[in-house]
Amino acid sequence: MSAERLYIYKRYERFWHWSQAALVIAMMITGFEIHGAYHWLGFGKAVEIHTLTAWVLLTLWAFTIFWQFTTGEWRQYLPSLKNVLAMARYYTIGIFTHEPHPFRKTLAQKHNPLQRLAYLALLAFISPLVWGSGLLYLFYGDWGRLGLDRYLSLEGVAIAHTIGAFMMTAFFFIHVYLTTTGHTVFAHIKAMVTGWEEADESHAPNPPDRRGARGAAGADAR
Amino acid sequence: MKPDVGENDMIELVKKLVGLGLLASALILEPAEAATPPPPASTAKPVTPAPEVPGPLATREAAELITLFATKTTTDHSQLKPLQGPFHTGPEVTQACLKCHNQAGHQVMQSIHWTFEKISPTTGKKLGKRYAANNFCGSILSNEPRCTSCHAGYGWTDQHFDFTKQENVDCLACHDTTGTYKKVATDAGHPLYQPREMPPGSGKIVQPPDLTQIAQHVGRPGRGNCGACHFNGGGGDAVKHGDLDSSLIKPSRDLDVHMAVDGANMVCADCHTFNAHQPSGSRYAITARDRHGFDLPKDDRNRATCESCHSATPHPEARINLHTRQIACQTCHIPAFARGGIATKMWWDWSTGGKRGPDGKPLFIKDEHGHLIYSAEKGDFKYEENVRPEYLWYNGIVRQITLTDKIDDSGILVLNAVEGSAQDPNARIWPFKVMHGKQPYDPVNKTLVVNHVYGKDDTSFWENFDYAKSIKAGMEYAGYPYSGQFGFIETRMNWFITHMVAPKEKAVSCRECHSRSPDSRLAAITDLYLPGRDRNIWVDRIGWLLVAAALAAGLLHGLFRLINRFRRNAA
Repeated sequence: MSAERLYIYKRYERFWHWSQAALVIAMMITGFEIHGAYHWLGFGKAVEIHTLTAWVLLTLWAFTIFWQFTTGEWRQYLPSLKNVLAMARYYTIGIFTHEPHPFRKTLAQKHNPLQRLAYLALLAFISPLVWGSGLLYLFYGDWGRLGLDRYLSLEGVAIAHTIGAFMMTAFFFIHVYLTTTGHTVFAHIKAMVTGWEEADESHAPNPPDRRGARGAAGADAR
Repeated sequence: MKPDVGENDMIELVKKLVGLGLLASALILEPAEAATPPPPASTAKPVTPAPEVPGPLATREAAELITLFATKTTTDHSQLKPLQGPFHTGPEVTQACLKCHNQAGHQVMQSIHWTFEKISPTTGKKLGKRYAANNFCGSILSNEPRCTSCHAGYGWTDQHFDFTKQENVDCLACHDTTGTYKKVATDAGHPLYQPREMPPGSGKIVQPPDLTQIAQHVGRPGRGNCGACHFNGGGGDAVKHGDLDSSLIKPSRDLDVHMAVDGANMVCADCHTFNAHQPSGSRYAITARDRHGFDLPKDDRNRATCESCHSATPHPEARINLHTRQIACQTCHIPAFARGGIATKMWWDWSTGGKRGPDGKPLFIKDEHGHLIYSAEKGDFKYEENVRPEYLWYNGIVRQITLTDKIDDSGILVLNAVEGSAQDPNARIWPFKVMHGKQPYDPVNKTLVVNHVYGKDDTSFWENFDYAKSIKAGMEYAGYPYSGQFGFIETRMNWFITHMVAPKEKAVSCRECHSRSPDSRLAAITDLYLPGRDRNIWVDRIGWLLVAAALAAGLLHGLFRLINRFRRNAA
């Protein structure tokens, strides 16, 4: 069986992914200009775009969270330590010795275990840091009214936001690189564009017990 | 403050209220109708139509309103009996004015324009030109006939001037509308009464102004009236303030959006509102932060802050409005001073005064622009045009040094330090012209000194070029203790930049402050976190290292994969 095709990323998911990608890239570019790393658009313009993209991204997330819960896709982000070591071994050794990929994408399980951990870290740590500090930064003018000015300093909030931004940027580069680790360099990107994943026979079949209780979620998603 | 109405309603309301305020002010200025019979309507002066000016509608409307209320007076002064003259002296005109305006003299005599004295409302210190030190001309004391050419009075020739004689109030300096009234530079506030050769030996005979004609054409002060003195502070056009010079008599919109003939065409007194002849606005205690906002007719009619007309939050963008908490309006809206093509003095070094040329005559040197860069009378000068202001925190308190204060001569002396910091809730960042100079002082008593510069006598500096004599004479005249020794001390003086407001599209752009460039406008203000400039250097280093590591990991990993693939293919 050479090319088993799976419709793995649904239309909304792909729309979400790519519009989020564009927004995050725009926010990184404008954010680091606001930080003073370079001059390109001009500080004022950069702030304007950064703020606008922030609101657009928040809106996108509002829809996405709704989508995650109504489709049950949120379960894709539940962490699992199983096979994490296998994935780590694959990226450090297996990929060079042409071992089969230890994980096969299924509708029920789109992310490999390492990916799950990475996305969870993003959702549970980087994202709250960036959004929390970013929204405080955005509403700096209202701190006094909200009684926050006693607890916060612009410098502290700005530095927290910068730390989040650096983490986000590092995540971005690793994420982009890892898209090239499919059975061909552009396989993952193609799947995210078309929605169709072409499974390669070199993938190892997933151990049957890995789905466990979450099999039902996959069924829902289908 | 803000009535609970929509924004458009608000704007309309403000327009109407401003109009009412102007109408009220026109009436206050014109109480004469009660004392004289009204002229027949047919002979009344025709109302000058509002000039057709381009520009945004609001601006044009404002200009029309102002013209309307400025010209629609109820009295034609040329018909008044007391003003038929003929008048031969200034005090004669004043006596005629006082016949109707019977409180005006007493009002003026309360004002700083007459007393040259002002108790600072924030420090309680007695200031004004008679006491405050400066690093321009020096002191009025012993130099009266020259300096008091800018006194709103006549005959202040020495310290025996009688400040209680109201006929010595000069009404015309402020109220002449013909533009022909001029006080002679050296006649203690008097205009010319007889034809005179000026300057002496030049062969140019100057004719005296027609006081009768002028008295019959009085009105609200225009830009030229105030400018006659305030544009020429420090001894010449543009010398002192930097943001006040004769280019403001007919400024372009780019130079001054408020006073521009093709802009709002406002005059000084539209903002520096007068209440019973008391001007509003003071450089000894500029309002650092106007918490009052709009100045409505029910308020104090002190409109000498931007907020009086624009409110504290005039921008459509909330983020820009936030800036008004810490930034004075002028800081962004006056990108540079001395923009009208006339250079302002930035450096005045008295210590080099008194040099003579090879011919034994006092030396005067001009630069290629015709500016005097050396004067035997005054020392060395430097001038600049289009100068970017310096920025300082200011909370309403100016520590002005007077001529009798003990000074610290261990370094550069700031004559009027302004107080404030980022932590101070009253402070905002303001723009300043910082005047640099060197001036004489008494190194034993540690005070500044009075230098007797003007006068046809054998002690004045401009006649004899001898500081030992001129300072001794000045200090004796003033009655201040003097050790007999003098030195020169380098000084600084902060001049608030608040005029020459540019149109909004010429305001300072965000990046001129929000930048790491050492040339950033706020490079010297370091006690606040400025986005775009400030950062934690370790967060940045570790952060960029992390990003670089992520990139490098991907690139190296990819490279190994590539090499690996080639090897396998080769095998």
